[in-house]
Amino acid sequence: MSVKLNALFSDSYIDISQYRDQHFKGNRHDQEKLLKQSCTLYVGNLSFYTTEEQVYDLFSKSGDVKRIVIGLDKIKKTACGFCFVEYYTRTDAENAMRFINGTRLDDRIIRTDWDAGFKEGRQYGRGKSGGQVRDEYRQDYDPARGGYGKLAQLQRTSDVQHKF
Amino acid sequence: MSRRRHSDENDGGQPHKRRRTSEPIEIEDRLESLICRVGEKSTSSLESNLEGLAGVLEADLPNYKNKILRILCAVARLLPEKLTVYTTLVGLLNARNYNFGGEFVEAMIRQLKETLKSNLYSEAVYLVRFLSDLVNCHVIAAPSMVAMFENFVSVTQEEEIPQVRSDWYVYAVLSCLPWVGKELYEKKDVEMDRLLNQIDGYLKRRQKVHVPMLQVWTAEKPHPQEEFLDCLWAQVQKLKKDRWQERHILRPYIAFDSVLCEALQHNLPPFTPPAHSDEALYPMPRVVFRMFDYTDAPEGPVMPGSHSVERFVIEENLHCIIKSHWRERKTCAAQLLSYPGKNKIPLNYHIVEVIFGELFQLPSPPHIDVMYTALLIELCKLQPGSLPQVLAQATEMLYMRLETMNTTCIDRFISWFSHHLSNFQFRWSWDDWADCLTVDLEKPKPKFVREVLEKCMRLSYHQRIVDIVPPSFSALIPAEPQYHYKYGDESNSSLPGYAVAIAVGNAIKNRASNEEILTTLKELPNPNQEEDDDEGDGFNPLKIDVFLQTLLHLAAKSFSHSFSALAKFHEVLKTLTESDEGKLHILRVVYEAWRNHPQMISVLVDKMIRTQIVDCAAVANWIFSPDMAHDFTRFYVWEILHSTIRKMNKHVQKIQKELEEAKDKLEKQQHKKQKDSGDEEDMEKNSEDEDGQLEEQIERLQEKVESAQSEQKNLFLVIFQRFIMILTEHLVRCETGSVDINTCWYKNCIERLQQIFLMHHVTIQQYMGTLENLLFTAELDHHILAVYQQFCALQL
Repeated sequence: MSVKLNALFSDSYIDISQYRDQHFKGNRHDQEKLLKQSCTLYVGNLSFYTTEEQVYDLFSKSGDVKRIVIGLDKIKKTACGFCFVEYYTRTDAENAMRFINGTRLDDRIIRTDWDAGFKEGRQYGRGKSGGQVRDEYRQDYDPARGGYGKLAQLQRTSDVQHKF
Repeated sequence: MSRRRHSDENDGGQPHKRRRTSEPIEIEDRLESLICRVGEKSTSSLESNLEGLAGVLEADLPNYKNKILRILCAVARLLPEKLTVYTTLVGLLNARNYNFGGEFVEAMIRQLKETLKSNLYSEAVYLVRFLSDLVNCHVIAAPSMVAMFENFVSVTQEEEIPQVRSDWYVYAVLSCLPWVGKELYEKKDVEMDRLLNQIDGYLKRRQKVHVPMLQVWTAEKPHPQEEFLDCLWAQVQKLKKDRWQERHILRPYIAFDSVLCEALQHNLPPFTPPAHSDEALYPMPRVVFRMFDYTDAPEGPVMPGSHSVERFVIEENLHCIIKSHWRERKTCAAQLLSYPGKNKIPLNYHIVEVIFGELFQLPSPPHIDVMYTALLIELCKLQPGSLPQVLAQATEMLYMRLETMNTTCIDRFISWFSHHLSNFQFRWSWDDWADCLTVDLEKPKPKFVREVLEKCMRLSYHQRIVDIVPPSFSALIPAEPQYHYKYGDESNSSLPGYAVAIAVGNAIKNRASNEEILTTLKELPNPNQEEDDDEGDGFNPLKIDVFLQTLLHLAAKSFSHSFSALAKFHEVLKTLTESDEGKLHILRVVYEAWRNHPQMISVLVDKMIRTQIVDCAAVANWIFSPDMAHDFTRFYVWEILHSTIRKMNKHVQKIQKELEEAKDKLEKQQHKKQKDSGDEEDMEKNSEDEDGQLEEQIERLQEKVESAQSEQKNLFLVIFQRFIMILTEHLVRCETGSVDINTCWYKNCIERLQQIFLMHHVTIQQYMGTLENLLFTAELDHHILAVYQQFCALQL
């Protein structure tokens, strides 16, 4: 009786993405195995001002949250726009991928992705300036993420200097 | 759909994947894909696609008959929204290959038996409906279908069965009649009349004690919340009066009538409903949710009436679409919006009504609450010019009817609305709701707005809420979520614990050990000192107060800080709260300190349960204690209680699972030993040891399970006892004072009692005997007893 009709009932929102953590200790196969069992989500595109409380409230809508780790600027030790959300069960995490990913938190569309599991050190941004890599290179102005990207900021400063 | 053979499909594919011959697995996948996708948007007409597919499948029957049978059985069971597309397909196949038609019918009967045995009752309904529509496609002879219906209805004559059993069989028959009523009446009107009379008799004598517990609104106006079988019966009767003329259902087989009527029909084998057994879990009764009628959709097509069969069919199909696609919200929204025949109905209204119907369904929604929020957002994205307006209209209507809305449903409305607003910059015409400002704050409308603003604040921050509402709403704005440190100010220096609080604060900041902290606390007098407690280790509320107030004050910055604090000083806290009174008091202290930050209270209580600083019964007692009377009707309090009950349930399930796994392991080991017997003595001795260890483990786990179940039972007993006490108190007080019992508080409280039953009905079923003997006895006030009786009626 159990024909699953794969053609029809896809569940694509819970698929693992193309992203692989370059700092992961282990091979690709190990990482993918962990991603497919994980109860932990990476959450990106947060405002720097989004609080742990707000993240808790939103992500509790898909189940009991075990732990939240707010991502920090490596130098300033302030929030830099991402976090990890860990659930007690995989099911709860899957529902977050299906129904919270791509919706708004603090007026911003946030993005969730599977994470192989939090380890000490992973709460820090990996950009040269201390924040996330994406904030090093972006050209747009985002007041909730420190304004211009770091590179763009440096350029603007040097432009100003040249004027005088 | 073109009539290409499978081997053609491999051309035009990716060059490196080209194969010379198609592999069987590929062909099977291809068949599945072709069958699943027929009926979807296409450049060709549905009829020509069906014709083409029938040709392809007929040609594949010699090699892939079993696979095709399995796929068709699966779509019958899993894609009920495309019922008539697939019955037409089967009809065409039957016309071309009589034997195949026969085999399909047999396979369907087998599948029906299996679904019934597996308690898959909604799927079983889809199968019965499929079979009945096959009558329209000349695959099944009408008289044999009527005979099956007669066997179904005869279940109503069975004795000593739960009502939900006969309910299901009657429902299965009635729900097919929109599709096949006309055909069956044309062929067998005498038998059908007899059938309907029997059903009428059954519906008149069945009991409906359960209905009030399932209704979203207690008021009959504007739309009565009808029991599902009553509503369907009214719809079928109206259909009969209209001489079975039904115009909504898409019937592709009509176009093929000339081909199909040439086909030979099969007789359904006689089908005896499987006997009732204790393992059977019949579906619970339902109430039909209605919030719109034809007056609500101002322009465009008219909404079919509440007793029209069209309404039934539309709602059924929309529910089925959600059931099929709930995991993928974009697909689900797209499928809902491309409902066939959408131009003749106000589709947006139907969709919104069906979605809210599911969200507010009692005991619980078919799917997780947050799915509906995400789905409505997707629908708004796809229809930005029309759907948000319907949704706003719906919200307005729900707000207007809050006075009679069930408290559980109001909870869900609050959670949905606040989450929805947070996705749309909290934009709302709050001034439209200014009427809520003129009444007592405990009344449903202002209470609703307060709870919504509180939840909105959790997703944003206090100032944001101040900014989004008009100044007139300031009384409804939640308090700023700040900590109350009672030992903070010098003005508090007269408080008994003040000096020690400062000392403890310093000790914590200087990373003192647990022993040092306890020593510092020893200086505190004990207002509760018992005579024989020389060491001063007994319950001392002042110690708890001073320590925890100070600790939480230092950790007030964030949840993480507070969790770290609880973890670091776990030993101290456990020592201070060894007794039941200690556990109760720590909850009081947390509340006093964080009373303006309910979210923080919730997460701290959760952590304290999980780290066994408090137990579940303590939380229950705390919630019902006089200290919490002020907040007793607030949403967050019940979120805490239900979360506590859920933790208890999960705990029991976890240990039960461990026990089952250990038992399985032992069984496997012993089974293996039997097979290996006759080996040397050494091996036997080792395995005996292993067995011994496992048996010991099983014994320990058994004890753990019993102890956990006992704790669980006790938790429910505490909760129900406390409910009975406070409700009885209220009822007696009102009676002696000749005052109406129906205050806001009473409505809230009695519905919270209902909510306990509804939200945890699976667990509570185990303890019915105890509940009936100890608590819900005949001496109880009938208002309270009624709740219990309604609950029992749900599964009878």
